[in-house]
This record gives sequence, structure tokens and C-alpha cells, in this order.
Amino acid sequence: MTAALRFDPIRLPEKCEQLRKEVRAFLAEEIAAGTFDPHKPNREDTDAPEFSRRVGAKGWLGMTWPKKYGGQERSFLERYVVTEEMRVANAPTRRFFVADRQSGPVLIKYAPEHIKMDILPRICRGEICFAIGMSEPNSGSDLFAAKTRATKTDGGYLINGTKIWTSSAHIADYMIAIFRTSPPTKENRRHGLTQFLVKMKQPGIKVNPIGQITGQYEFNEVVFTDFFVPEDHVLGEVDGAWKQATSELAYERSGPERFLETYYVLTELVRAVGSNPDTRSAEGIGRLVAQLHTMRRMSVSVAGMLQAGKEPVVEASIVKDIGTVWEQQLPHRVRDLAAFVEETATNRETLERQLDFAIKTAPKLTIQGGTTEVLRGIIARGLGLR
Amino acid sequence: MAESDNIVVETAEKIFADLADPQTINNDKKNSWQAPLWQALSEAGLPLAWVPDDLGGSGASLADGFALLNAAGRFAVAVPLAETMLAGWLLAQAKIASPEGEMTVLPASPKDRITVNADGALSGRARGVPFAKAAKHFAVLAHGKDGVSIALVDAAKVRTESGLNVGYDHSDTVTLDKVQPVTIKAAPKGADQTTLMLMGGVARSLQIAGALESMLDISVRYSNERVAFEKKISKFQAVQHNLARLAGESAAALAAATSAADAIANAKSFDDEVYLEAASAKIRCAEAAEKGGAIAHQVHGAIGFTIEHILHRYSLRALAWRDDFGSESHWAVELGKLVASRGADELWPLVASR
Ligand SMILES: Cc1cc2nc3c(=O)[nH]c(=O)nc-3n(C[C@H](O)[C@H](O)[C@H](O)COP(=O)(O)OP(=O)(O)OC[C@H]3O[C@@H](n4cnc5c(N)ncnc54)[C@H](O)[C@@H]3O)c2cc1C
Repeated sequence: MTAALRFDPIRLPEKCEQLRKEVRAFLAEEIAAGTFDPHKPNREDTDAPEFSRRVGAKGWLGMTWPKKYGGQERSFLERYVVTEEMRVANAPTRRFFVADRQSGPVLIKYAPEHIKMDILPRICRGEICFAIGMSEPNSGSDLFAAKTRATKTDGGYLINGTKIWTSSAHIADYMIAIFRTSPPTKENRRHGLTQFLVKMKQPGIKVNPIGQITGQYEFNEVVFTDFFVPEDHVLGEVDGAWKQATSELAYERSGPERFLETYYVLTELVRAVGSNPDTRSAEGIGRLVAQLHTMRRMSVSVAGMLQAGKEPVVEASIVKDIGTVWEQQLPHRVRDLAAFVEETATNRETLERQLDFAIKTAPKLTIQGGTTEVLRGIIARGLGLR
Repeated sequence: MAESDNIVVETAEKIFADLADPQTINNDKKNSWQAPLWQALSEAGLPLAWVPDDLGGSGASLADGFALLNAAGRFAVAVPLAETMLAGWLLAQAKIASPEGEMTVLPASPKDRITVNADGALSGRARGVPFAKAAKHFAVLAHGKDGVSIALVDAAKVRTESGLNVGYDHSDTVTLDKVQPVTIKAAPKGADQTTLMLMGGVARSLQIAGALESMLDISVRYSNERVAFEKKISKFQAVQHNLARLAGESAAALAAATSAADAIANAKSFDDEVYLEAASAKIRCAEAAEKGGAIAHQVHGAIGFTIEHILHRYSLRALAWRDDFGSESHWAVELGKLVASRGADELWPLVASR
């Protein structure tokens, strides 16, 4: 028999519902104050540092982390609720999201104590931004082809090489990156990579912007030239980053952000069709809602597994595969249905503007965070095919 | 396959493994497996799982009954187990005791309507009624001047025209022409035709999810056995990716169906949240049956298209189950209308209600 893929019907506990109300109230205040426009997705998040601090002040960053690092020791399910409410409201989360989801947990696991005490509370306060330095010009899906070198020197390492597609590198205070510390071995081509904490905005690092087809600017090329990283900024085992990368990916891949990136066009379509839709619109909306509901229940279920201390790598890959394929198709399905929306729909212009942007966004959704093909490879391994 | 941690499911799985092995059944052209299987299920009290003790049943919880249906789907069980369970459940809503033997429910489509006449006799026609030919009694939901009633009807009193669904199981047309029921009672508040269709839809969703789990199992196994171009076909990346997608569809179906079952088992009434869960399950499981079944066939090549192979027992049945108690098109329209009537700003709160 194959591996059982179970997605237990986790119910969010009562305290999550209370929290959800608080988050909604907070976001409503921010919208009223003009911090962001929930109907305008094509915004750059570089301009919302104060929003990050206010989210931090609410205790909604590093929610699951130990209190001594500024965390709240709350559950993954509570964090889940905060994430989905922020996403659905189109809140400007780019500045803090990576650190909260990924970088913080990596530091908690692998950084020396004095670095944790220094950095984690600042993440929790919403003061600092992280970037992830994995991809390189000749190493994307095949992470283990990474070549950027970290050469041992007095008291640390010298970094030479180039990272690419690095989201938020232009605003980041830190990057967690993998560099080559020794060549791969014959037995293990994954050997030889080490994870490092890199302090940005220093000599030896150059961040070059790369434009995107949406017209936005989010990711970058990052060039390292004899850049010095002190010894105590090594995270985990030297040459052993490949073991660490997999569990990090379970966090990266199963969250609500993996099917909600184009969600706003669905709400806008419902608004446009009004309370009395024709059969075609009703059916189209009904199917999309059923698919959305199913994915969300799967994603909540994975959050429950993380809460229970499991590492649901295959389940997380399934959620990301189905979720990103869905959010990629969503704008196109909404466009199909929008063709029948009355000219007089009051939000017609907003819907069109949103569709325009979502359709431009769609191609990246099945690439960022690991491509569909790579995810299906992981699922196949979980099924015992590899 | 999932491990059962529940006595009802354990009992059922043992009976299915002994008496409903898909390969044995598939080889048996005379259907001589049906009687012993039904008898064993009846002796274990499974067909009346949802009927309380005092009404003649075994009083299992809704949750256990749903898990049982999922297990039945994993074996593509083709006796009226789900139908009898639903009939017993419907009768119990009006505190009508269940008789022994096979039953099914009327109507089985949201479009059909049975009416109660002034003298308490029932009239109307119901199409696509699963296993009507095999049923000794029908549990009927009917509409009259005074509202909704639930009735127990003797199968000998109705006209049944045989039909088959795409899975080769009986799916019949039943006509009631002023039929006097054995018992008829007013339905309690909330027990209406929509509730019955949602309940039936979730039963079918769990069966479809179970069938998909088995399709995934046998497809993975086959891909590890079949050799082509001097390699096991499981080593071809294109095949692996197809199987990964099948795993995704199977997982989505199971997640949607078990979530809906859990919602019903823990709800006080069939409110909007339960409606979302149950309708979504039927829509998503039907979509998964189509997409997942196609992949299972693709991986099996020609052998899976033969009547000798067991794949069709799962794939065709899963496709057929899409049609019972409202197709995915039906529920999508209804769910879309519900969402539209609540308004755009209430969509997310509805989706995020659990
Ligand atoms: C918006 C965006 C933001 C990003 N942010 C970051 C970031 O912050 N940090 C970071 O490190 N990276 C980031 N990335 C990079 C992302 O992780 C990579 O793009 C991704 O891993 C794919 O690598 P690649 O682009 O080099 O494509 P390639 O690896 O060259 O792949 C090209 C195609 O070949 C397919 N392919 C490759 N290998 C296989 C295989 N074994 N089997 C089948 N098919 C295969 C791929 O699926 C894809 O379809 C970002 C990407 C995007 C689009």
C-alpha cells in the first residue's frame, strides 16, 4: 500500500476566531487610515515600514516563537489565521513575511544564542526585513548546483559569487543564504553547501534591481565580492545545508499565501455579478468557491500537522501544487465569467484593473518557492516511485 | 490506505476484505457474492448504522457511519449499503423504525418531487434512484399541503423501471401512483429535500474519495510492476508527474469529503457553513473523479480498459456517483447563488468559518 495521504479535518479552536476578529478590526482601521487600499493589488510594499511595526506591536510576528526571543508561544493555527486575514485583505506584508514564516524559525533552530537574542526580538517588533538567497544564475530548481563560494579566512568566510531572483534584497536587513563551502562528493552531490546569516547593506554586496513583467520591482540580483561573514554567522552544520533546507520548505509551501495571491479577483467578480447571478456565473462562482474551500481545508490541515510537530513535506507539496495551479488559473476563469457582467456593474473598472494585474502575475505563481515539476517530483518520491 | 482506528470501520473492512475483494467480484459473472456480503454486513448491523437502537438500528455515530462509507468506497462496494444507511437515517429523523433488508431513498435528485395527497397517499416520480430494484423498502421525502413528510413505503407497491448508471449499478426510475405508505410522519424542522440531497451528496463524496484512494494505490503498484523501454514505467518522469497529480486529486477529494462529514457530524443544523462544506465536497469530489480517474486509466494503459481488470470498478463507479443527489453542476449553481446572495464581502467570512 502507498503512503497514506491524510488531511484530517482540523477545526480552528475558539481562540482563533477571537484572534480573527482582532485582526479584521486592526486591518479595517489601517484601511480607514489609508495605509493601504485592499482593492489595489499592484502596489509595492517597500513603503510600509510603519505598518510592520504596528503588526509587531500587536504581537502578530514570531507568534509561535519562545517568549524569551520576543515571541508569543502561540500555536501555528493562530499564526495561520493572521496570515490568511492579512493576505485576503491585501495588506502590505512583504517587509516582514519572509522573516516571520521562514528566516526566524531557521535562526531559532541553527543560530548561536547571542544572535537569536539580538535578531529575533527585532523581527517580532517588525523592525527588520529578511531575504532568502538560494537561487543562482545556473542553479534554480537544482539547488545543489549552487556555486557562490564561501572561502575560510581568519575569523570567518569570504563570499564570492552571485545570487539571483532574491525577493526584497533591496530592502532587506539580512539574508539567509546557502554558499558552497566544499565541492560535492562522489557519493553525495548535495554535500558541500552551508547556510549563512548575511548582514546586508555592507561593503562587498551589490544589489541590482530586476524588473518584472507586472511592471513591479520585487526581486534582484545580489553580487558578492570578497564579502566577509564572521564565523558565528554559520547556521547549522558546515557542508550540511541540504538536510536543513527540506524542513524549511514545509513551512514555505503549505500556507494560505500559496492559493490566495490572486484571490481578490474572485471577491470582485462576486461583487460585479450582484445578488442575482445568471446560471453560468452562479455555476462558475460555485465551482471556484468549492475548489478554494477544499484547498483551504487542506492547508489548515497541514498547519495542524506542523502544530503537532510533524514534517508534512509531501502534504505541503500537494497543497502548493494544487494551490498555485489554482491561483494561476483563477484570473483566467474570472475573466471568462466577467465577460457576462453587466456594463453597469459599479465595480467594473476595479474588476478589470485587478484582472489585468492578476493575469500578469499568474505565470510566476507556479515557479516561486519551487516549480510545479519539482513539487511533483517530491510527491512522486513520497509515493515510493523514486 | 488509511489505518482505521474505529471499530465500525474495522469490522466493515474485515467483511469487505473477506467478501468484497474487487478481483474476486470482478471474476464472478453470476453475482453470487452479493448475498453473502449483504448478509455479513446486516449481521454486523452496518446498513442500519445510523438508526438508533430503539428504532431497530445499531446506533453508530454520524462520524462512524461516514468513515464506514469512505471504507466502502475504497472497496467500490456495490450493494445498497450507503442507500440503506441514508434511508435509515431519513426515517429516524421522523422517528420511524427501520425494517430489515435493503432500502433506498426517494427522491435521489434535487429536481424530482414526491407529493403527499390529502389522504396521505404518495405520488410522483423519482429518477436515478440507486438500487431501487434491490430495495425491499423506500424511505421517501414528500411535500404536502402541511409541509414536508417522511414515509416508509413497501417496494411491492411502486412501479420500478430498471436502469443502469455508467458504473453498471442499478439506477432506476420509481413511480408512485397514489401509494399508501406503511408509515408517514411529519418531518422535523430542518429535515427537507435540500438536507437529504446534501447528506446523500456527502455520502457519495466519501465513496468517491475512497475509490480514488484505491485508484491511486493500484496505479502506483502497477507503475512499479510494468516494464517498458527496459525500465519500470514508474521511473519515467512523465508518469511520476501524472501519479503526483492523481495523489493531489485523491487528497483533495478526501480532504473535502472528510471535512464535510466532520462538519455535519458536529453541526446542530444544516446552516450556511454546513451547506458550503457539503456542496463543496460533492463538487470537488466529482471533479476529482473525472481528473483522477483519467490519470489512473492513462497509467494502466490498455489493460485498465478491459472488463477483466478491476480499475473500472472504481473509475466508472466514481464517475457514476457524481450524478446522484445532485451533480456538481447543480451544486455549483446553488452554491454560487448562495455566495451571491450573501454578497462579496461575506464570501471570505464564509470560507474562513472553520
Ligand atoms: C517572483 C519570484 C520570486 C522569487 N524569489 C526568490 C527568492 O527570494 N529567493 C530565491 O532564492 N529564489 C527566488 N525565486 C527563484 C525560484 O525559487 C526559482 O525561479 C525556481 O526555483 C526555479 O528555478 P529557475 O528559475 O532557475 O528555473 P529552472 O530550474 O531553470 O527551471 C526551468 C524549467 O525547467 C523545469 N525543471 C528543472 N528541473 C527539472 C526537473 N528535475 N524535472 C522536471 N522539470 C525540471 C522547471 O520546473 C521549469 O519549468 C523567485 C522566483 C520568482 C518567480
